Amino acid sequence: MTGTWTLLRLVLRRDRFLVPLWILGLTLAPAGYLSSIKAAYPDAASRQHFYDLNATSATFVVRNGPLYGSSAGNLLAWQCGFVPVVVGLIALLTVVRHTRTEEEAGRRELTGATVVGRHAGLAAAVLLACGACLVFGLLAGLGVAAQGVPLAGAFALGLGFSLAGWVFAGVGAVAAQLTWSASGARGIGIGVLVLAFLLRAAGDGGSAGWLAWLSPIGWAHRLRPFAGEQWWVLAVALAATGLLAAAAVALSARRDLGAALLPARLGRSGAKASLRSPLALAWRLQRGTLLVWTVGLALVGLLMGGVARNVAETVRDNRAVAEVFSRLGGGGPVLDAYLAGTMTLFGLAAAGYAVQATLKLRAEEAAGRAEPVLATAAGRVGWALAHLTFAFAGPACVLAVTGAATGIAYGSGPGLVPAALAQLPAVWVLAGVTTLLTGFLPRFTAAAWGLLAGFLLLSLVGSVLRWSSVVLAISPFQHLPRLPGGTFSVAPTLWLLLITTAAVTAGLLALRRRDIPS
Amino acid sequence: MAEAITADGLTKAFGRTRALDGLDLTVHTGEVHGFLGPNGAGKTTTIRVLLGLVRADGGRATLLGGDPWTDATELHRRLAYVPGDVTLWPNLTGGEVIDLLGRLRGGLDVKRRTDLVDRFDLDPRKKGRTYSKGNRQKVALVAALASDVELLVLDEPTSGLDPLMEEVFREVVAEERDRGDRTVLLSSHILSEVEALCDRVTIIRAGRTVESGTLDELRHLGRITIDASLAHVPADLGSLPGVHDLSFYGSHVHLSVDQPALDDVMRHLAGAGLRSLVSRPPTLEELFLRHYRQDEPAGAAR
Repeated sequence: MTGTWTLLRLVLRRDRFLVPLWILGLTLAPAGYLSSIKAAYPDAASRQHFYDLNATSATFVVRNGPLYGSSAGNLLAWQCGFVPVVVGLIALLTVVRHTRTEEEAGRRELTGATVVGRHAGLAAAVLLACGACLVFGLLAGLGVAAQGVPLAGAFALGLGFSLAGWVFAGVGAVAAQLTWSASGARGIGIGVLVLAFLLRAAGDGGSAGWLAWLSPIGWAHRLRPFAGEQWWVLAVALAATGLLAAAAVALSARRDLGAALLPARLGRSGAKASLRSPLALAWRLQRGTLLVWTVGLALVGLLMGGVARNVAETVRDNRAVAEVFSRLGGGGPVLDAYLAGTMTLFGLAAAGYAVQATLKLRAEEAAGRAEPVLATAAGRVGWALAHLTFAFAGPACVLAVTGAATGIAYGSGPGLVPAALAQLPAVWVLAGVTTLLTGFLPRFTAAAWGLLAGFLLLSLVGSVLRWSSVVLAISPFQHLPRLPGGTFSVAPTLWLLLITTAAVTAGLLALRRRDIPS
Repeated sequence: MAEAITADGLTKAFGRTRALDGLDLTVHTGEVHGFLGPNGAGKTTTIRVLLGLVRADGGRATLLGGDPWTDATELHRRLAYVPGDVTLWPNLTGGEVIDLLGRLRGGLDVKRRTDLVDRFDLDPRKKGRTYSKGNRQKVALVAALASDVELLVLDEPTSGLDPLMEEVFREVVAEERDRGDRTVLLSSHILSEVEALCDRVTIIRAGRTVESGTLDELRHLGRITIDASLAHVPADLGSLPGVHDLSFYGSHVHLSVDQPALDDVMRHLAGAGLRSLVSRPPTLEELFLRHYRQDEPAGAAR
């Protein structure tokens, strides 16, 4: 472990903007929610009303986790149900970024040849991720405690976030040992994260509550902030993190630099006859990601569709719940409202895929792989359109399959496919804006993720916390028809398509005019 | 068309850095042209301008009779390019990359591909991420050399190759040159390679052309080294124009002299009672090193 401290300073130097940025940004979320909750539900009676509506509603519990009581703290903890997933994702990506990405780029060789121990790089990455998660948890707790909720609950909430981050830092460390490529390691890690979310959702939403205990995301809720804190859950998470880190060290000790435990195989000695155009190349580079997103979201669709039947049973004898559902869903019948909300979630997820597929352009350029292609008879616009085909047709595929899966589990067959596809105009806006960034601000294309995170925030919490409609209108998802149940109006859809077309056209024109690489 | 490439006063700035500062380059059709300069002199930027990847701020460039920026796609059918830093797609095999790049250019000589893969001793079944730097370079070289094109643009193509493969590279380029209808722009640091392959060279420094011509012409521009034993030492030798590096060891004198001043210096030496004389033309290495050194202002070399 010699040199861990030096390498830790190196990773801190490299992440000196990134880490404070996400910590501060995410700290604002719980603190902001709490003041919004206090404004929207000022007295015990209104909070009790909220509790009665939601505590038994499988939909809300599946999405955000259990609601333990009717205090402002309980409402807050429930509202923050997605934060552990986000923190887990950040911790995982941080560890992979400082381990496998470094190794793939050949930089670990540079540091590895100096006086540093074999595992120093791994240790530095895990320490950075865990330390950042701890700081975030404490700050989040502080931000909430400052608003007069019980101190123990506030810090249990914050440390619940940290705990998810710690465990997924460990998951990232193990995943980084398994594959050759950083993207493969990220894929494995995100797969584990999705599984953890699904286990948590299934455990909380169904009768097999023990399933949630298998999930680190579930542990964050089992810490029971504001509801009789179970501090020992922290010890479980720490033990799991330690085990994962030890496993990563053991795996890393058994392999060579640059190598992986899952071996690389020899491939074809020549290309298939079909690999002859930028589109064919884009298909080779993008098909794996498309498959993972399609299958992953279809699984979530099966879950959400299956839960829909429970919703129907819950609602049958609860008029109050029915009323709220109708309000959220724009006045439609209860089940339609639930399904329409689910479709918004799928739309946001598909937008994530659209952003990722569009960013492939910049990734290819930055890695120096665009240059040899553009030095052939392939034109810039053709090259860009090949990848944009996936950014635009890909989400359609993801949403159609997910809609079908949801419908099949719900029992309506393919009837939900149009409702899922209705999300596309908003999804495409994100692909369009990302193209615009690629053309004009190639070094800041990652800002597209920030924009998506903003829309996610508006959709998930903005409407429940009754934010101003002017603010909510920023998100393109706010302008979509609420399907099933709602009516389809042409004008907003046309506007979204127009914005997308303008953004893509401007982005491509800028790409034609600028230097590559830039 | 006598000129494959012309560049006239190219300028390009990246922020405050002036990468190209009035660069001139002429490459005749059918020749192998060496493109030399220290690291950061602007070789890669020039090549990117010629490929239409980067847009010059000023100056004019033509490539195969067309404009490298506006006619990029059409021109690229007629050329092949090997970048200085080859990165491959991690999940494509070397063979797939060779075929793909060849087809994107509009065709590949299958027989020649097989022959080149064999001569460069390349395993085309390996995935891109498992190749070493030298092997990645070989993949790009095979893809370029197996294409039936008029112009090859090679940016330091041998920087990762072992001496054996460097030899193979020289053979292959020599074959291309002897065919007579292919033009090669070869950026390189390896002087023996340039000497063996290139008909003409252009040396650039800090974004500007400092020398251009055949190797013989360049040799004439260099300084001649003279060692002489004299009866008595002439007092004014050091003050003659064109004399450099003057030193005495008793009656023995060592100096280097610019070509135009040779006649004058020889007369002075003869007048001092010449007993023995050894003169040596400039080696290429001296020539290049002189141009590469940063402390001499550009243009002073003449």
